[in-house]
Amino acid sequence: MDILVCVKRVPDTSENEIELNGAGSDIARDDLVYSVNEWDNYATEEALQIAEHTGGNVTVVTVGGEDNEEILRREMALGAKNGALISDEAIEGSDNAGIAGLLKAFVQKNPHDLILTGAQAEDGAAQVGGMLAAMLDYPFASLVSGIEVMDGKKLLVSREVEGGNKEVNEIDLPCVLSIQTGINEPRYVGMRGIRQVASLEIPTFSASDLGVDKASIGRSAAKVQRTDYFVPALGKGAEILAGSRDEIIDTMIDLVKAKGGLR
Amino acid sequence: MTARIFAYIVHKGGVADDTAPEMLAAAKLIDPAASPTAIVTGAGPTLDALCDTLRNSFSEVWKISNEVLAYPNAELVRKALVAILPPSSIVLLPHSHFGVDLGPGLSVKLNSASVPDVVAIEGVEGAYLKVVRQEFGGQFSTHVRCDISSGAVIQLRPGAFKPTSSASVQGKVIDKSSAVDALSARRRYIKTVVAETGDVDISKEAVLVSIGRGIQEQDNVAIAQELAEAMGAALSCSRPVVDAKWLPKSRQVGSSGQTVKPKVYIACGISGSFQHLAGIKGSPFIVAINKNPKAPIFQIADVGIVDDVLEFLPELTNKIRAVAK
Repeated sequence: MDILVCVKRVPDTSENEIELNGAGSDIARDDLVYSVNEWDNYATEEALQIAEHTGGNVTVVTVGGEDNEEILRREMALGAKNGALISDEAIEGSDNAGIAGLLKAFVQKNPHDLILTGAQAEDGAAQVGGMLAAMLDYPFASLVSGIEVMDGKKLLVSREVEGGNKEVNEIDLPCVLSIQTGINEPRYVGMRGIRQVASLEIPTFSASDLGVDKASIGRSAAKVQRTDYFVPALGKGAEILAGSRDEIIDTMIDLVKAKGGLR
Repeated sequence: MTARIFAYIVHKGGVADDTAPEMLAAAKLIDPAASPTAIVTGAGPTLDALCDTLRNSFSEVWKISNEVLAYPNAELVRKALVAILPPSSIVLLPHSHFGVDLGPGLSVKLNSASVPDVVAIEGVEGAYLKVVRQEFGGQFSTHVRCDISSGAVIQLRPGAFKPTSSASVQGKVIDKSSAVDALSARRRYIKTVVAETGDVDISKEAVLVSIGRGIQEQDNVAIAQELAEAMGAALSCSRPVVDAKWLPKSRQVGSSGQTVKPKVYIACGISGSFQHLAGIKGSPFIVAINKNPKAPIFQIADVGIVDDVLEFLPELTNKIRAVAK
């Protein structure tokens, strides 16, 4: 089974303390450490495991600037056979529909049996997978927490629903699935793997390479646009305890005891 | 503002989800003069009972009754909605496991704009709807401008919009079932596997010590377990701890885990994503301990402690043991 995994390069929140820039127009991006979106690591691992089981290749694709090569290379070091970068100045400012449109064009030129995305990225949108499926007219399942290959034509997929329950569905191939964290245990990248892919050529596709009309992407085509960032108003907010650790612990014990939290 | 507003009602056993009155409140924020239309899909007698209840708050209830819609399969629901929605509609959905399954694809098929996980609505200016979203797990908010001239699918964060009380409207139920052709899907619902209950039922515990990503390693879980034992509390957690398989799924608090109603909730190294907070009900006294002073958990906690849980918790445990003696 040939599997395409759509990945995104995002600021690594475990490596950076993220701040807003002075104008509030964006986060401060200078000197940020970027990595692969956490959900996408699970999607890539799932693709690698399925391909190991059924045969076939895994391709990773992303949309963005040249800096994105590093995350494609990372996923290739894990075992993805191919990488593809969709890059074009005209993409700047695209909304999720614009990004999904580019991926749709890529899939139409490079058909795959199964397309995986992460369930969401740092913006919490959870949109691109569902949009891509609808544009391709493929079936879709979101928040997938388990995949079983039934035969060459369909999968049994579990979706995470309320209360920790799982909704089990049969889905026809080709399809798009958005993958939830915890579905597997992503492997780590070894130095050897990184060396092996360091010099591989990663093909880059512009909008016109994919036959995408530039009028359908970018800021001018985006129906949805972020206009600023701000720090949310705290509401009431927590009373932050001050003092030495000892004093804080004493205060906390008194408070918790008063609320019936200590026997 | 002339676009018609629709609210897709999620329901179970003839009872509308809590998000139904929230969508009604959100519709009024989009257009104070709006009288939004409820849409319900399903099958059987419970559907009529549901329509009858919804008539009290919605001036129109559009019903699609169809055996294949007895279970809300997003692909089938999408096809039914596309068949009945007028052009340029504004469609409200909850940003839930169902909403994220349905919304993005629906917006593509309707050729309309799509905004997920909306937490506030500021109103309409010309062709644009201005809303607020969050990014980076709630650490930052953003204003988002959405061109609604060709309609929009707006997914609302459950719990973010306070229902407003309003007089009963005695609306009418309109049966749209015949407008929907034979429905078939390439994704077919098989069954729901109910979550296993673990050794401890955290939904019934009065005091919870809950751990998140800040616990860092499996070996450190014991630090929190010791605190829980010293307090006479149970140990629960947020999603990353279950993803890493450090605690079983039955210990997870959140929209995809358990809903808990403790008196006291000690959040240790938990950032406070909305999915986690959605699992905490009954307004407990929340103490948050987190080394990141900007963690969203501090917005909702009663008391905050900015410290590293790995250093703070053992000292707290020792002191509680000493006090108990």
